[in-house]
Amino acid sequence: MKPSDKKPDQGDSRRDFLKKSSVITAIALTPGIAVKAAENNVDERFAELFEKIPLNLTVNNKAYQASVEPRVTLLDYLREELHLTGTKKGCDHGQCGACTVHIDGQRVNSCLSLAVMNEGKKITTIEGLADGDKLHPMQEAFIKHDGFQCGYCTSGQIMSAVACIREGHAGSRAEISEYMSGNICRCGAYPNIVDAIVEVKEGGATV
Amino acid sequence: MINFQYLRTTSAKSAIALLLKDKNAKFLAGGTNLIDLMKRGVTAPEKLIDINHVPLKQIEQVGNKIHIGALATNTAVAEHALIKEKLPLLSWALQAGASAQLRNVATVGGNMMQRTRCGYFYDTEMPCNKRQPGTGCGAMEGFNRMHAIFGTSEKCIAVHPSDMCVALAALDAEVVLAGNKGERKMAFKDFHRLAGDTPQLDNNLKADEMIIRLEIPVNNLAKNYHYLKVRDRASYAFALVSVAAAFELNNNKITDIRLAMGGVAHKPWRLTASEDFLKGKEASLSNFEKAAELAMQGAKGFGENNFKLKLAPNTIIEALNLAKSKS
Repeated sequence: MKPSDKKPDQGDSRRDFLKKSSVITAIALTPGIAVKAAENNVDERFAELFEKIPLNLTVNNKAYQASVEPRVTLLDYLREELHLTGTKKGCDHGQCGACTVHIDGQRVNSCLSLAVMNEGKKITTIEGLADGDKLHPMQEAFIKHDGFQCGYCTSGQIMSAVACIREGHAGSRAEISEYMSGNICRCGAYPNIVDAIVEVKEGGATV
Repeated sequence: MINFQYLRTTSAKSAIALLLKDKNAKFLAGGTNLIDLMKRGVTAPEKLIDINHVPLKQIEQVGNKIHIGALATNTAVAEHALIKEKLPLLSWALQAGASAQLRNVATVGGNMMQRTRCGYFYDTEMPCNKRQPGTGCGAMEGFNRMHAIFGTSEKCIAVHPSDMCVALAALDAEVVLAGNKGERKMAFKDFHRLAGDTPQLDNNLKADEMIIRLEIPVNNLAKNYHYLKVRDRASYAFALVSVAAAFELNNNKITDIRLAMGGVAHKPWRLTASEDFLKGKEASLSNFEKAAELAMQGAKGFGENNFKLKLAPNTIIEALNLAKSKS
């Protein structure tokens, strides 16, 4: 929300909001933190909790220095801070694979990784797969084989598919299906996704 | 997610010291279960101690045991040449669990520490004796299709969802734990608990202890083995029933055998009565059927999961058949 969009009856900042809502939160959820905050000095407690932590990481070969709250996931950091919105938030609980990125070359659900856990790591997102205007062979193959319908799961599917071949788990259609099972496609484009992976694998291009 | 303090440490000693200082702190390894639970408000630690930089990732043979560090990832263990050669049952079980993305970050220690759980544990609007002792069990007379049939208590009928732990229970693994006063060893089968009157406790790890490594004896069970997981879809789902079976076969006679089941109890369920029966016997269908019958003694369904009373023995027989056919 832009400052000019604020209605007069709304709070000025998140901290103000939290101060006001902490008592309600304490009643509803009774987490230790909120109860303590309500009983003790709210300002101090939350100031301590919201302390940001320095973070250095490389995303798509570009180095970033930032400071983030510990609770920010890698997914939210990529999307909300770096505006790399190619990585999608599907379930946000590690069940759908839409948020798949590569961390130091390994595919990972970025929704279940805290940004601060990735200090010094090299991250590759869907935006980092193409070579300038030249699409990655897996991106070309997904287009050729209609490996999607709505497209929401596609960036996760492609990141996972590239890793699947790199890991050596694309030896057969059955093996591909097994090792792609962490990526759900509710449009049901699975046969076409497997076609795309088979073609890239058999094409022998470096992925 | 309710915010928390974040600390990072590079040694087991300092990790344990940090844990001792704060009862509301938790270790953070892969985070695939813990972060999920925190997002849903099921748990809200005040402090997370990131232990990912503690050097506990080794996978090696020491004498006649294979040591696996608590922070080795599920993928690293499943794909390691030593594990594939000497403990293929463990490799298979690991590959049957979760997804490639989750296995890449989930650790051995974290796999053991994932909560024994069900839908009612996750839903903070529902009663759950495990999440909030004394509130009751929603599953007992509710949706209990996924739930336990062995060792159940009136307080909780959730199951431990790990595949890796079923194989480790079968393979007579030991766990090395470290606390403020030094290390101790525990049989893996004693690590996890039944719900009993304390469903809030999943295992016997003390509040100030850390899992250091697994020690698994090298065995002669690397030839005739199978991990059979029956689930609602072909991959990436928890087991309805799973069976880890491995035996040594001499002239079609079983000279050594390990059997354990997953998806049926609050902890990995070792089938010692069936093992005792099959030891020294011929590897025949009729003996497998008798062993499966023995395994089911004391089993109890809760309605929606009654099908497991039939599925479980059938899965045992099929796993034994498949293990036998590997020769």
